[in-house]
Amino acid sequence: MAKELLKGNHAFAEAAVRAGVEAFYGYPITPSTEFLEHMAARMPELGRAFVQAESEVSAINMVYGAACTGKRVMTASSSPGLSLMMEGISYIAGTEVPAVVVNVMRGGPGLGNIAPSQGDYYQMVKGGGHGDYFPIVLAPANVQEAIDYISLAFDLAEKYLSIVHVIVDGNMGQMMEPAELPPMRELPEKAPDWAVRGAKGREPNILTSIYIDPEDEEVTNLRLLKRWKEIEKNEVRFEELMMEDAEFAVIGFGTAGRVASSAVREARSQGIAAGLLRPVTLAPFPEKRLEEIADQVERILVVEMNSGMMLDDVLRIVKGKVPVEFYGRMGGVTPLPDEILAEIERLSQNQGEIAGDPRNEWMARLEKQITGEK
Amino acid sequence: MVSTTTEIVYQRPESFTDVHTHYCPGCTHGTAHRLVAEVIDEMNLREETIGVAPVGCSVFAYNYFQMDFVEAAHGRAPAMATGIKRVLPENTVFTYQGDGDLASIGMAEIMHAAIRGENITVIFINNAIYGMTGGQMAPTTLTGMKTTSSPLGRDVEMTGNPVQMAEILSQVKGSGYIVRRSLHDAAHIRKAKKAIRLAFEAQNRGLGFSMVELLSSCPTNWKMSAQEALDFVGEKMVPVFPLGDYKVNPALEKLRV
Repeated sequence: MAKELLKGNHAFAEAAVRAGVEAFYGYPITPSTEFLEHMAARMPELGRAFVQAESEVSAINMVYGAACTGKRVMTASSSPGLSLMMEGISYIAGTEVPAVVVNVMRGGPGLGNIAPSQGDYYQMVKGGGHGDYFPIVLAPANVQEAIDYISLAFDLAEKYLSIVHVIVDGNMGQMMEPAELPPMRELPEKAPDWAVRGAKGREPNILTSIYIDPEDEEVTNLRLLKRWKEIEKNEVRFEELMMEDAEFAVIGFGTAGRVASSAVREARSQGIAAGLLRPVTLAPFPEKRLEEIADQVERILVVEMNSGMMLDDVLRIVKGKVPVEFYGRMGGVTPLPDEILAEIERLSQNQGEIAGDPRNEWMARLEKQITGEK
Repeated sequence: MVSTTTEIVYQRPESFTDVHTHYCPGCTHGTAHRLVAEVIDEMNLREETIGVAPVGCSVFAYNYFQMDFVEAAHGRAPAMATGIKRVLPENTVFTYQGDGDLASIGMAEIMHAAIRGENITVIFINNAIYGMTGGQMAPTTLTGMKTTSSPLGRDVEMTGNPVQMAEILSQVKGSGYIVRRSLHDAAHIRKAKKAIRLAFEAQNRGLGFSMVELLSSCPTNWKMSAQEALDFVGEKMVPVFPLGDYKVNPALEKLRV
């Protein structure tokens, strides 16, 4: 199929349709609404299920129900909606049924705004719902990658009986880019043996997240943890740019990683040996690769559209081997390549140690920058 | 020679698992469970039915029904049932919910399932109290009734009046069959069973949302004997929650079951 000019949210939704999603349950919220609108038109014409639920709480519990039938099911929302969905996400994780949840992130906390943000990193990557569970988190950085990874998300969800979050920010939901959609996948004919579809000629299937005996819950927790270790072993994905001989590593995901790639190229043209690591799976995080990079480079710059959330993971993995600095924009502000380039230039001249939290110096610089802009 | 034939007149329904329930002595959950199981047997639906258990005393309902079951989050059973029914429209889907689950935390889910005319059946157990957590005030708790969270008796000035779900849901266009019955004596139990049958018949015929509200007893948390609790249902609850047919799709009116 040929490339077309596609709007992010429509392209992501159509990618899910072609991956064989059989049910979409959602609630309108900016900047993800076009996803729901696309599904409202497409799903009925294919004879598949679509419900505009009364709330995100209800939408995710509809997803939970359909997930128990073994049908491919998903929802898409934006940050405040994800907060409401956390209840159902925890139940889905506890019941060990597959589901895909797309979060087109916006500025927060609270009502925040409808501008692009990566402020849900903790909520998405660390779980967000109650209890011990480990979501898989994919963070594509352009429309094509999102199309590809939404398709992959269903396969991972089914392989590991797991929640898979695909997180993008409002930029990607709203932007138009040339991209190619995959062909339609065949729908599976056979139900998974654990699915509830009526106990015809077999013992009943019961799907629940209750393990009232703590010893049984612990067995479940251990099973989830062991499955997570498998995921860590098999499913780490990342992209790199000019890392082979880099002396300065920039680390960013999604839009921030994409903007950083422009800055890294520009830095190279100025003779600065910069390289980019862009984690695509935020969970599992590309820990081994980052450890290697920490052994190779002189300094690391983490770039995010939040207050330094992935930064904490980078600090944990780098273990103080090299200084780690931070540059973030918050509140729905997207950094420009020049801002990150200026950081790389500064980084390449800074030989000093970073005393304490790398956010401290960034906060002081950002405050000046914000005041100066006004 | 006189030839004799034997006929089975009473036995455990196939849809009812052969285990002891965890319910308190005198609780009417067991009665309600059995009625649902009998109806599913009679309609030969066991192998195509998917039940949705709630949070509350009947959280383990799935242990007592010999059929596919899922366990919902508190109040979300109608949403979960919607998610299932929309991908498996040929299957029979029902929820079994208490008053805290359905009329408090799950009010949005039950209202909108009815508003959408979701073709599911809801068995609603109204015993005017939170049983599982030890006897707190429910939206259905009677005026002046003492509970652990209304120790001086329910004050309607501060907490509102008992909510009448059958009446409310009957006002929704998507509802096909909405009735209230009681489980406090044998005659009422027989009527309750007939209503449960009609609710499943409504779903089978695609008539939209169906709900049977069953007035039930909670001797443990009401601090009464089993018989006192049943008398309380008949004498105190029925006047507040009048029994009756609140919405019956005309297609069901002539049905003889």
